[in-house]
Amino acid sequence: MMYYKDKNMTFGNSLYFKLSFKNMKKSFKDYTIYFLTLVLGIAIFYMFNSIDSQQAMIKVSESTREIIKLMIQILNYISVFVAIVLGLLIVYASKFLINRRKKEFGIYMTLGMGRRQISRIILLETIFVGIISLVIGLVVGIFSSQFMSILVAKMFEADMSEFQFVFSKQACVKTCIFFAVMYLAVMIFNAFTVSRYKLINLINANKKNEKVKIKNTFLAILIFIFGIGILSYAYWKVTTDISSLTEAKMLLKPILMGVVGTVAIFWSLSGFILRVVQSMKRIYLKDTNMFILRQINNKINTTVISMSIICLMLFLTISILSTALGIRDTMKKELEETTPVDINLYKEANLPETYTDRKGKEIAYNPEVIKDSRKTITQTLQENEADMSVLKDTIEIPIYATNKLTLKDFLGNRFEEFNNKYPFLIYSRLEDIVKVSDYNKLAKLYGLEQQDLKDNEYAVMCDFNNSVNMRNVVLQDRGKLQITGKEYLPKYNECKDGFVMMVGSHSNTGIIVVPDSCNLTEDMIKQYLLAANYNAITEEEKAEVEKQFIYSETEENSKLINNLSKKGIKIDGTSKISIIESSVGVTTIITFIAIYLGIIFLIASSAILALKQLTESSDNKQRYTILRKIGCDEKMINKSLFRQIGIFFVVPLILAIIHSIFGIKFALAVMSELVSANELLPSIIVSAIVIGFIYGAYFFATYFGSKKIIKEES
Amino acid sequence: MEKILEVKNIEKYYGNRTNLTKAIDNISFDVEKKEFIGIMGASGSGKTTLLNCISTIDKVTSGHIIVGGEDITKLRGNKLNKFRREELGFIFQDFNLLDTLTCYENIALALTIQKVNPKDINKRVNEISTKLEIKDILKKYPYQISGGQKQRVSSARAIITNPKIILADEPTGALDSKSARQLLENFEFLNQYLEATILMVTHDAFTASYANRILFIKDGKIFNEIVKENDTRKEFFEKIIEVQTLLGGDLNDVL
Repeated sequence: MMYYKDKNMTFGNSLYFKLSFKNMKKSFKDYTIYFLTLVLGIAIFYMFNSIDSQQAMIKVSESTREIIKLMIQILNYISVFVAIVLGLLIVYASKFLINRRKKEFGIYMTLGMGRRQISRIILLETIFVGIISLVIGLVVGIFSSQFMSILVAKMFEADMSEFQFVFSKQACVKTCIFFAVMYLAVMIFNAFTVSRYKLINLINANKKNEKVKIKNTFLAILIFIFGIGILSYAYWKVTTDISSLTEAKMLLKPILMGVVGTVAIFWSLSGFILRVVQSMKRIYLKDTNMFILRQINNKINTTVISMSIICLMLFLTISILSTALGIRDTMKKELEETTPVDINLYKEANLPETYTDRKGKEIAYNPEVIKDSRKTITQTLQENEADMSVLKDTIEIPIYATNKLTLKDFLGNRFEEFNNKYPFLIYSRLEDIVKVSDYNKLAKLYGLEQQDLKDNEYAVMCDFNNSVNMRNVVLQDRGKLQITGKEYLPKYNECKDGFVMMVGSHSNTGIIVVPDSCNLTEDMIKQYLLAANYNAITEEEKAEVEKQFIYSETEENSKLINNLSKKGIKIDGTSKISIIESSVGVTTIITFIAIYLGIIFLIASSAILALKQLTESSDNKQRYTILRKIGCDEKMINKSLFRQIGIFFVVPLILAIIHSIFGIKFALAVMSELVSANELLPSIIVSAIVIGFIYGAYFFATYFGSKKIIKEES
Repeated sequence: MEKILEVKNIEKYYGNRTNLTKAIDNISFDVEKKEFIGIMGASGSGKTTLLNCISTIDKVTSGHIIVGGEDITKLRGNKLNKFRREELGFIFQDFNLLDTLTCYENIALALTIQKVNPKDINKRVNEISTKLEIKDILKKYPYQISGGQKQRVSSARAIITNPKIILADEPTGALDSKSARQLLENFEFLNQYLEATILMVTHDAFTASYANRILFIKDGKIFNEIVKENDTRKEFFEKIIEVQTLLGGDLNDVL
């Protein structure tokens, strides 16, 4: 007795195994989308989680390492979110697969198989597909991550000493664990789905048909016009009327309007187009156009929400990918221009006896600090045992300011106008004044244009777009300035490109350059500025020099810094190295996260769209069979299927692209001082390729999958 | 009379050498223009296979089928599709109307896939629907009309392309008796006034009684043939029943 039972058991097990395996082979095409999504998901997941082992092979500085550490932490959190998105996607995909096979399961059940056994078959299949896709996904991920390390090295401006094959065990294990948990969730979900099935429904699964809902075409036209209207308003709001959006909160309205507009468009689009094409008999009554339009009209009704979500996701993906890559490129280019020397040191001059702290309390300066503030930086450095030999090309200039010349004074009779337009600006701020010979000394070192002024002339150096626009108005008016009792006229009708302090971006809001003859006195010196290069060649040597001047929290500081901090003297500094590292770091983190999320959104939306289409193809099978019966040949049928699926893929993409055009325009307007539209072009092209590739893959997988479905015997 | 369809010694085998099934075993017959011919037989007799071969959905193993002077067993690929599209009209048991299209569009579709000039389509659809009395339901969707109306729309779709021959596969199979009668009267109308040649496959004696001539098929062979001639339909119906009894009461089957 025992013997037989055992034999039955093993027979049973191997039967299920065979059944599952054969099923999978048989329905391979059905699995394509599922598989594609899993493999892409796993590969992307691995790639972005293997960054920490890639940094081992590239040489980066301490602060960059910190930035990478921060980035990995952020990516970890995002990975959890990504895993949830992918998990939901896989649950959705497996629901489609089970629905496709309801009838098959029904037959098993009539043959006496229990729900439990069916669950077991599905379980085995999930495991099969899971393991295969995990392996393939990891292999793809591991190979693609080699490109990733090149990207990482490039982005962090690091040397990649030599190409080295990187494998991250940690990322691999993490991927396996995350996906194992996801599969488990899918299995539980599937078992739950099967347990709710009734035999009669399973057997009749193929016969059930969605009831055709027909919309009122007049209403559709009305809604369509409403959708166009509301979208146009939102577009106008974020591009032309951008100055009214002064707070982030105010963006909510155009965003909400965009969402409503998108839904309205999708709700009414097919009805609207149907109506329009119907009136064009020549097109409507050609080939299978009528059928295609009706198909879309019929289906789009049930897919309004998912189409809208897909469209908005694509919009996010396109905007994120294009701007993220673009910002970085421009930032980098700009950095090269704006950091012409290794270091800038600056120190407040002519400090008063007391200053007011944040709480409004008056605090007296240390007398030593006040005394020091009368000295130049060079003097202070020398007195505090700085090794001046490590610096070369040293230039120190005083920057003057007088309470007779504020921004308000500069604007003159234009003040009211600007005060209304930009109420948040501080107009009582004193203008920075530099003597032309001092400026020329710096300009020579920085590689900027030299200035030559007559005794009654002044010039404005400014490179921050908004300030340039404002000041140019005054300069065009030939606004006169009163400095130390003398009147000066502008030499140029516009601001000149230039700056004295390097900050890493074009953000010099304006410096007034005056002739040397101008009667600026010592007590008007507001600040000393020292610019210099390091007397060093290699990056390491430069980093060594830098340590002497820039305060570090982690390492032991130089004698100079210790001496200064003992006395309470403050010399601030910005260096080329620190500017580049911090800006590159921040933009890189943003870029990485944007690419990661962008691609995941793209996969998610493509997969949903693909599955939706495949589900519909199962329903449409009958209709295509009828077409075949009344004499359509395969070519015609394939053409209309291609068009039908194509329209479903293209329509949300087109609307997403239109959204993106305005989205990117808005992004450009917000970061006007950073990026110009032309500079975004390469990154837009790269994003177009990425999107085209992934979206295209899903489109063709859907087309071929649907073709297979409609060819099946029912 | 002009011969529309000539079936010459056709055979259709299924299976392989060791296990051969003759679905059609040397069948020959002619159909003349304006004829309304019925093909009867029990399930498994080979009548559907015969229809499939004539409609070019299936291929014969040997023999020839000549429609309007053209041997369709020699047609391949696009020519075959063109032939099916332009020379044949189909009426199916389950109507096969597209649920997403209005009745008008269902009928027009048969013309659009033939690339008929859009200008003529409207006229032709209106013409045929007037004749079949379905003009007032043209704007409706199939789910809004009755089974009988559906089958009339389906007939309109079959006849609108002016096919050489209309093939009807159990056209009354899914209809109640009243609708069936109405449809068959429409068939008579198509046949007599629109000069349509109809080949109808059925197992129902009443439906078959509307035909002018009936071929009985059994085990892939023509078993009997009766012609209506000057009989009333009732007399013809009784004749059919007689033959059916003969067919069904084969002594060999009992033994």
